[in-house]
Amino acid sequence: MVKAKKSKTPDAKFPKAITGIAGLDVLTNGGLPKNRPTLIVGNAGCGKTIMAMEFLIRGIELFDEPAVFMAFEEKTDELILNVKSLGFDIRKHRENGKIYLEYVKVNPDERKAGQYDIEGLFVRLGLAIDKVKAKRVVLDSLDTLFNGFDPAILRVEFKRLLTWLKDKNVTAIITGESGSEFYTRNGIEEYVADCVMVLDNRVINQVTTRRLRIVKYRGSIHGNNEYPFLIDEKGITVLPVISEGLSQKSSSDRISCGVESLDEMLDGKGYFVGSSVLVSGTAGTGKTSVAAAFAESVCNNKQRCLFCAFEEAPNQVIRNMKSIGLHLNSRVKSGQLSFYYARPTLQNLELHFIAIKKIIKEFDPSVVILDPITNLMTEGPNSDVRGMLTRFVDYLKVEQITVLFTAAITVGSIERNPSDEGISSMVDTWMMVQDIEVDGERTRSLCVMKSRGMKHSNQVKRFEISSSGITISKIVDNIDDTKKRKLKEHKNLSTTKA
Amino acid sequence: MKKTTKTAAKTPKKMTAKSKSKDFPDEKYILQLFIAGILPNSLRAVENINSICEKYLKGRYELEIIDIHQQPDLALDSEIIAIPALIKKSPLPEERMIGDLSDTKSVLIGLRIKN
Repeated sequence: MVKAKKSKTPDAKFPKAITGIAGLDVLTNGGLPKNRPTLIVGNAGCGKTIMAMEFLIRGIELFDEPAVFMAFEEKTDELILNVKSLGFDIRKHRENGKIYLEYVKVNPDERKAGQYDIEGLFVRLGLAIDKVKAKRVVLDSLDTLFNGFDPAILRVEFKRLLTWLKDKNVTAIITGESGSEFYTRNGIEEYVADCVMVLDNRVINQVTTRRLRIVKYRGSIHGNNEYPFLIDEKGITVLPVISEGLSQKSSSDRISCGVESLDEMLDGKGYFVGSSVLVSGTAGTGKTSVAAAFAESVCNNKQRCLFCAFEEAPNQVIRNMKSIGLHLNSRVKSGQLSFYYARPTLQNLELHFIAIKKIIKEFDPSVVILDPITNLMTEGPNSDVRGMLTRFVDYLKVEQITVLFTAAITVGSIERNPSDEGISSMVDTWMMVQDIEVDGERTRSLCVMKSRGMKHSNQVKRFEISSSGITISKIVDNIDDTKKRKLKEHKNLSTTKA
Repeated sequence: MKKTTKTAAKTPKKMTAKSKSKDFPDEKYILQLFIAGILPNSLRAVENINSICEKYLKGRYELEIIDIHQQPDLALDSEIIAIPALIKKSPLPEERMIGDLSDTKSVLIGLRIKN
């Protein structure tokens, strides 16, 4: 028997060009196909040009790969000005000979007198590539050519152009307008066989979200869903779901809650570092106070804290917390405490998280507070929210950032369904604050519903907020039987793990 | 052939005002033809423009043939995309047309030459 020839391992890595665009490289599993053309399709104003430009700029800045940008729609001066707002300083790169911009003017009035092709474009492109020794090329957008030339000729020429680009060994991005019959208006995708991305700008409930989807990526696995992306003064950020694995470390270090007696309820040491904490309760029970006390103690330990307020403006939080002896203002001034404040409806929820993530990257806090998370929940259908929140919590865990969120609940909802929040599975420590009647007085109470990995108190404690801060004490014994029974119910609830 | 050249030169005298805008009987034509190497379209264009010029503009034209493969910078300067491309530099206004110039009628209209 003839021995089968041992084939050499064919799994040579599929060469990719890292885009440098936040999130996109995760989504594409390492970037765009190297030395091949990629098509970006989208309507007017959905960010094609910006994405293409960022691909070039990152290529220059991260990998020193020179670039060519052929603009069919905008003049070069306009282009430079337009992307300047995103922090891309093209002029500098242009002076250093790292980028070459060319405006290709398509003149629809040219008289046609016989057979022609677009060899002129090839020559100009070739010249441009040679000028800077480009490794990355953008053609934005090829559809413009259809204004001036015969579609039948262009089809043949596009095929030639794409083969030509491959021969030139450049990683190219070609943009096209979306159409109804095909992905693109003129069916360009037929010729770009390797990678096709669709961008979209959608308005749902008066909130606009940009989304990106990879339709096709030959020879590579990729994320299939639609992923939202954000364009701001630092360029584009795509937020892929798959970016955060559950590969985070689990720290056994502890961090104080900021209230000594609360620490005691949690095994005497407070929360785990990098864990997620939920404080839920009905309106006016002191959730924000618990959060603020935590923030204060974090700052006390010379660490940084990011306070994301979705209900009250930062100044209001600062003023209110002053009344219970927490002087957050000085913490803000010393740069230890930073506020992120936004009305939930201002942006899509996902975009809030992207924005918060960006702040986290800059500010590098050890604790993040979201107050309250329920306000965000008014946005979008619930399943979406849960997915996004999970992703966000995963991200924080990977970064070893302790997160505390507050959640407002309606009276009685917990009794009916303790996991009503839908977020209890993703939190490690869950505390509930509520009003109970003791001795004919409404009293704030606090109990620990669960706390993974530690011995925690099963008692319902009296929870007092005064001008000197939060104190937690035992509920006094001289209460009559009915109250006792009621209290017992709460107690049972807190120990329902069994 | 000679006949047509003559008529072309004659007619404007008859059709005074109108012809002024349509034709430039005495003015010198300056033409640029952009081609790409020896591609069939390009070769045909050279042939066609030569015969048109000889026929209609004999003795009063200047034709520059530019191979963009040899002089790519000129393609950039003149914003050439399609090839072959013919540019009438003079008389003004500048006129551009693309194709192998096999459609003589269209070329003549573009050059504002009366047939």
